[in-house]
Amino acid sequence: MIEYQVQTMAAKVGDLPRPKKNYLNETKGFWSWAGTLDHKRIGVMYLVGTMFAFLLGGCFALLIRLTLLTPTHKLFGKVLIDAETYNRVFTMHGIIMVFLFIIPSVPAALGNFVMPLMLGAKDVAFPRLNLASFYLWVTGALMAITAMVLGAVDTGWTFYTPYSTTTDGPVTLMTGAAFVLGFSSIFTGLNFIATVHKLRAPGMGWFDMPLFVWGIYSTALIQILATPVLGITLVLLMLERNFGIGIFDPRIGGDPVLFQHFFWFYSHPAVYIMILPGMAIISELIPTFSHKTIFGYRAIAYSSVSLALVSFIVWGHHMFVAGQSQLATVVFSALTFLVAIPSGVKVFNWLGTMYKGNISLDTPMLYAIAFLILFTIGGLTGIFLGTLSTDVHLTDTYFVVAHFHFVMMGGTVTAFLGGLHYWWPKMTGRMYAEKWGRVACVMYTIGFNMTFLTQFFLGAKGMPRRYYNYLDQFQPLHAFSTVGSWVLGSSLFLTAAYLLASLRKPADAPDNPWGGTTLEWHCSSPPITHNFEEQPVVEREPYDYRPVKHA
Amino acid sequence: MEWLRNLMLPAQGSAYAGEIDTVYMSLFWLSVVLFLGIAIPAVYFAWRYRYRPGRVTPHVTHNTVLEIVWSVLPLLLCVGIFFWGLKGWLEYAVAPGDAMEIQITARKWNWAFEYPDGSRDAGTLHVVVNKPVRLIMTSEDVIHDFFVPDMRVKHDIIPGRYTEEWFTPTVMGQHLFTCAEYCGKGHSDMHGTLIVESQQDFDNYIATGGTEWEAYKGHMADWGKIQWERKGCNSCHSIDGSRSKGPSWKGIWHKMEKMRDGQVVLVDEAYIKESENQPQAKIVEGFEPIMPTFQGLIKPHDFEGIVAFIQSLGTQQAQQAPQTQ
Repeated sequence: MIEYQVQTMAAKVGDLPRPKKNYLNETKGFWSWAGTLDHKRIGVMYLVGTMFAFLLGGCFALLIRLTLLTPTHKLFGKVLIDAETYNRVFTMHGIIMVFLFIIPSVPAALGNFVMPLMLGAKDVAFPRLNLASFYLWVTGALMAITAMVLGAVDTGWTFYTPYSTTTDGPVTLMTGAAFVLGFSSIFTGLNFIATVHKLRAPGMGWFDMPLFVWGIYSTALIQILATPVLGITLVLLMLERNFGIGIFDPRIGGDPVLFQHFFWFYSHPAVYIMILPGMAIISELIPTFSHKTIFGYRAIAYSSVSLALVSFIVWGHHMFVAGQSQLATVVFSALTFLVAIPSGVKVFNWLGTMYKGNISLDTPMLYAIAFLILFTIGGLTGIFLGTLSTDVHLTDTYFVVAHFHFVMMGGTVTAFLGGLHYWWPKMTGRMYAEKWGRVACVMYTIGFNMTFLTQFFLGAKGMPRRYYNYLDQFQPLHAFSTVGSWVLGSSLFLTAAYLLASLRKPADAPDNPWGGTTLEWHCSSPPITHNFEEQPVVEREPYDYRPVKHA
Repeated sequence: MEWLRNLMLPAQGSAYAGEIDTVYMSLFWLSVVLFLGIAIPAVYFAWRYRYRPGRVTPHVTHNTVLEIVWSVLPLLLCVGIFFWGLKGWLEYAVAPGDAMEIQITARKWNWAFEYPDGSRDAGTLHVVVNKPVRLIMTSEDVIHDFFVPDMRVKHDIIPGRYTEEWFTPTVMGQHLFTCAEYCGKGHSDMHGTLIVESQQDFDNYIATGGTEWEAYKGHMADWGKIQWERKGCNSCHSIDGSRSKGPSWKGIWHKMEKMRDGQVVLVDEAYIKESENQPQAKIVEGFEPIMPTFQGLIKPHDFEGIVAFIQSLGTQQAQQAPQTQ
């Protein structure tokens, strides 16, 4: 075992003698990547793919905000986009961000790279399935882009029937894309569950695993249990749309509310597919940068699993005013409050970890603190929506838009950025410009709050969501939100710039730049193809910062 | 704190709105306290325990008592909030038996109302102050949602089903209602005015379609423009020549309009009347058959006004369209 203090004091070179060959340079050429079975390379390919999706979805988001800058949608005297185009743009923003970016971003990109390293494994359990999962993602992405080129769809990412079964556009192709992406997600989940069960290093029991692994494991459970329901639902939608089989459209004997039940039975757990990996990253960042063992390890681990379970029994809270039975509405509201408990437990445990720590405010830790603040706002505003009487007024307004952006972006994307900065030296072997990292993180937090905090006030005032035209009274808040989106967008472009710039210089990252204790910091940066020179054996707790006495 | 409530929430149109606002504002303050309770320690710890080389941190793995406390206290708080929310919602869930019943039919992108005596109107909803009103709602096409911000109520409107919502308006005057479930390109234009008036004014409106129009005798085009807005014609027909979901009304009067099936029709009273009652009968080339019927929804003087309004928007020189056979 290597003592952490030695590592943090080390010079800016590898702690271990830097190996000549690593996973990046061992083999070369297109097929060495396209046909690779190495979890690290697949993770990097996923990262590149999801980053392009993030860029595309982000451009759509900026276009949405720009359109809403004024009630006339005019920029320099010209109408930017019309109502039909606007509806397509927000639909594409939702579909790309949910299915192509957030769901695969942490588990399939970062998780793929990091999780086997954390377990002390050579690879995931099924490397071929891992590659297949990536190609399904590529297939789904190509289908979605084809549908976009063919005119895109205006259904909203929720595909609510009977609108989605009657509107024009390549809806079948787009739902087909979501179907294929779903299977990509299932493959990843299946693979990760098997990996966690079978490939832990000698000496690593369930409660010796890093908390990131617990989070990814809980996510994988949801992925394999909930995603098939989405697949079935989308197939039913395609059958109705193309063959007139009445399932959801009342004109041919269907029930539109049934679709919403099916859809949210997947899509509510999907919210936890998105947020659990984010929480999992924060559970790594906080002990590492506090240089202190995690407070309440078991509570955090159990809270991940219990959030995964609770996620399956709260879907009806999307439908309080949608025509489900009143009894169901009451029961779903009560169950929804259960979500607050494990979420709160995690936040308190993170604060408990920081207490009396030795906290270095490097960029990943700044993102972790930003996460704590943004996720808390996202969680607390969820109480307004879980409470029945206030939900009736707030649902279907910008309040909901703001709430889920605080959880999905303020939570997951913030954690993702923290994780990306945290593992960037490990993945690329290079340090980024720390100064620019901190500047971008502060810009990101300010821009995010300008954009989305504003939208709580818009929603409570009665501004419905998915509106192209709006009443003049809402313009000041809309304009402020749009300006915020420019700050937010700039911070992300800045991040992309300094991260990519770091790739131009020679490898300079130490093996353990942050003083981490988990196993991924015990291999070289970047790791060799088989991860470890010799099989690591786990003898200590995952976040043990007690000084080691050398015998 | 009244100013803060007014800043954050719409005007209150009913006593129920006041109750909901009390819950909202209480949750708001609770959230502010809890947020500060988390954000202040997070920032304070980051500063107080900032990095010092060589400092050894205590190895504290857990504290069972503390962890039980911070699990159980939020749980109790949540149970309390749940029941408080349930209380207000139960009131919303069941309409009183003596409520006036109004049928609402929603369709892309328009509202039709039918009052207890069978009289009908579109776009504008009249109700009586201090008298509970129960809305029985259905949709002709996709899902819509009747949202009245000032009353703090909304409910989805579903094709093939009847759903309902109710409120007791207490503030006379005009309130906004608007569609809150995404329904396509006219979604954000699908709003109208809720008029809360005295029983006398309401009875008058039901009996005669209101006497308001009489003030416009002699300049019916102005009355027609009001109808264009109130009945929701404006969500699909522009008056400045710009292209929308339906043909613009500018310069359309006495135009020889080419239809989808090739025939050419003169735009006159008869054609406009037919479009109102059977909108699918003739579809102008380049447009979709998406207009809902307004049969029975437009009173004679309203129709007169609309025709006068269209006339006032200019006459197209009768073009010689090629005869198609």
